[in-house]
Amino acid sequence: MIAQRKVLTDEMVAKIEALMPRYPTKQALTLPALHIVHDELRQVPLDAVIEIAHLLDLAPAEVQDTLTFYQFFHQEKPHGKVRAFVCRSISCALRGGEQVLDHLCTKAGIKPGETTPDGSLTVEPAECLGACDFAPCMLAGDDLHKDLTPEKADQFLNAVRGGAS
Amino acid sequence: MTDLQTFQPVLLEAVGVEQGHSLESYRSRGGYAPLEKLLAEKQPPEVVEMVKSSGLRGRGGAGFMTGLKWTFLPKDHPGPIYLCVNADESEPGTFNNRILMEDDPHQILEGTIISAYATRASTAYIYLRYEYPQSWKSLQAAIDEAYAAGYLGQNIKGSGFSLDIYLHRGAAAYICGEETGLIESLEGKRAWPRIKPPFPAIEGAFRKPTVVNNIETMACVAQIARRGVDWFRSIGVPADPNNPRDPGSYGPKLYCLSGHVEKPGCYEAPLGITARELIDGFGGGVWKGLRAKAVIPGGISMGLLSEAELDTPLDFAGPGKAGCLGLGTAAVVVIDETVSIVDFLHNSCRFFAHESCGQCTPCREGTSWSLRMLERIRAGKGRLKDLELLAEIGNTMGMMPGSTICGLADGAAWPIKNAIAKFRDEFEEYIKQSNPTGYMETDPVPALPILSAH
Repeated sequence: MIAQRKVLTDEMVAKIEALMPRYPTKQALTLPALHIVHDELRQVPLDAVIEIAHLLDLAPAEVQDTLTFYQFFHQEKPHGKVRAFVCRSISCALRGGEQVLDHLCTKAGIKPGETTPDGSLTVEPAECLGACDFAPCMLAGDDLHKDLTPEKADQFLNAVRGGAS
Repeated sequence: MTDLQTFQPVLLEAVGVEQGHSLESYRSRGGYAPLEKLLAEKQPPEVVEMVKSSGLRGRGGAGFMTGLKWTFLPKDHPGPIYLCVNADESEPGTFNNRILMEDDPHQILEGTIISAYATRASTAYIYLRYEYPQSWKSLQAAIDEAYAAGYLGQNIKGSGFSLDIYLHRGAAAYICGEETGLIESLEGKRAWPRIKPPFPAIEGAFRKPTVVNNIETMACVAQIARRGVDWFRSIGVPADPNNPRDPGSYGPKLYCLSGHVEKPGCYEAPLGITARELIDGFGGGVWKGLRAKAVIPGGISMGLLSEAELDTPLDFAGPGKAGCLGLGTAAVVVIDETVSIVDFLHNSCRFFAHESCGQCTPCREGTSWSLRMLERIRAGKGRLKDLELLAEIGNTMGMMPGSTICGLADGAAWPIKNAIAKFRDEFEEYIKQSNPTGYMETDPVPALPILSAH
């Protein structure tokens, strides 16, 4: 037990502890815990890793090892308010997915993987999103954007910017 | 062989039905009654025998006999035994699990409960990929409904059998679809596939006996319980009597059709439909009136069929006869004649270089170097010798040549091998035209950095 947590809130800890009966080991809570923190903070800073490790009776290195394996979790800096995954795998690529990715990044003034300076949007290339019937597609938050075109990408960008202002 | 004209979809019967995902709708279609009957009348070994005799083969990619897999669990084990349902659907081109989870989650749950009863598992984890937030909501709602209706929890319908089902969220890694990678990930570790044996049936999740089955396999189990073994075996392709090792390809299958077709979508058909029947009959043909150059038969890792091979039946044995790795996930991706095969292979190599978990050197290095070579070829610095090097990588990484722990490397190798074997002329032409002064060079050259991969 650590005296004072700097990153994990009581709510986060309660959410993590509520899942404990589901698994026979505490280590199995690593991914759920990382998700709970990441959902909230859009990043899992190193201090959070240490606190999760304390909570799960693990060495911080074990949690950090898992975290870094999945390129999903942001650590140093939070991702944008909206995180958009644009699919670049084969079914989407055949129907213009990479052009949409380029278009979106150019219009947003960032490179793939980066966050806009105002912090409103992160655009990341993704491998198959499993929505090939709607290729090319993009997952932004919980929303699947189907049959994307550069025009639809523009509309999305306007909505994101509108929401951020 | 089933007649396509009279074939009725069952796995997809809820698609397009209003509130088809609800418990009420599922019950009105005959759902959960088979579960109650089975819990009352059959012992777990009889359920195993039912699935075994149906000839059901796993729908996740490897096509292993589901019932046989269950028999590998130790007898009289004190428990706990775990059932992991693999919903980490990540094979490029594949989305049938997503449709099942979003449109008919109770079908999945009924199949999972029956499978857990058969295998004596008291906890089932559905490992769901991060990219499916709608599936998460739909499945969680269905699980809540099933608990409330007494289909989950303690002493289900007075049978004495208890089961909890938990959703477990992945974090965007293809390798978690490999069953032991999935188990490692579930345990909270990096998803490095395990060396087998021991197989998960002996030592799986949390070092306990474990079965890992795909979402579509669970749906098939529910339908076998409802409609019977004879119904299941009346669909598909019977075992080849001249090949004692062929267990046949029985039952309906969800084919995911995407890429350059007029109507992409998930279509249910009897196992054994040909790629051409699927593309023309369901997909409305190749888009824009063009011809197909190549077709992926079952997810990108299965390799390529050429246009001339499109009459290949898409059963478990068919694609292999055309030099592909297998049926895989039955995700059929059409590539039209305007696409450069170099671009196709670049996309494939980039995917596998990104998704290789890095544990085995032949795969980590092979996927990375094949991508670097494709970058070089696309930058106009290709040499004919590169085709030999690519073929060498393709022939040496994987479980089949015996150099890796899991089959991801075989899946990375097959598109390379198939593309070069079936489209060599196009590669040579591309290299000669784009590098007219250097295509004959054979001296070692510096690798190009991977510009387009992150």
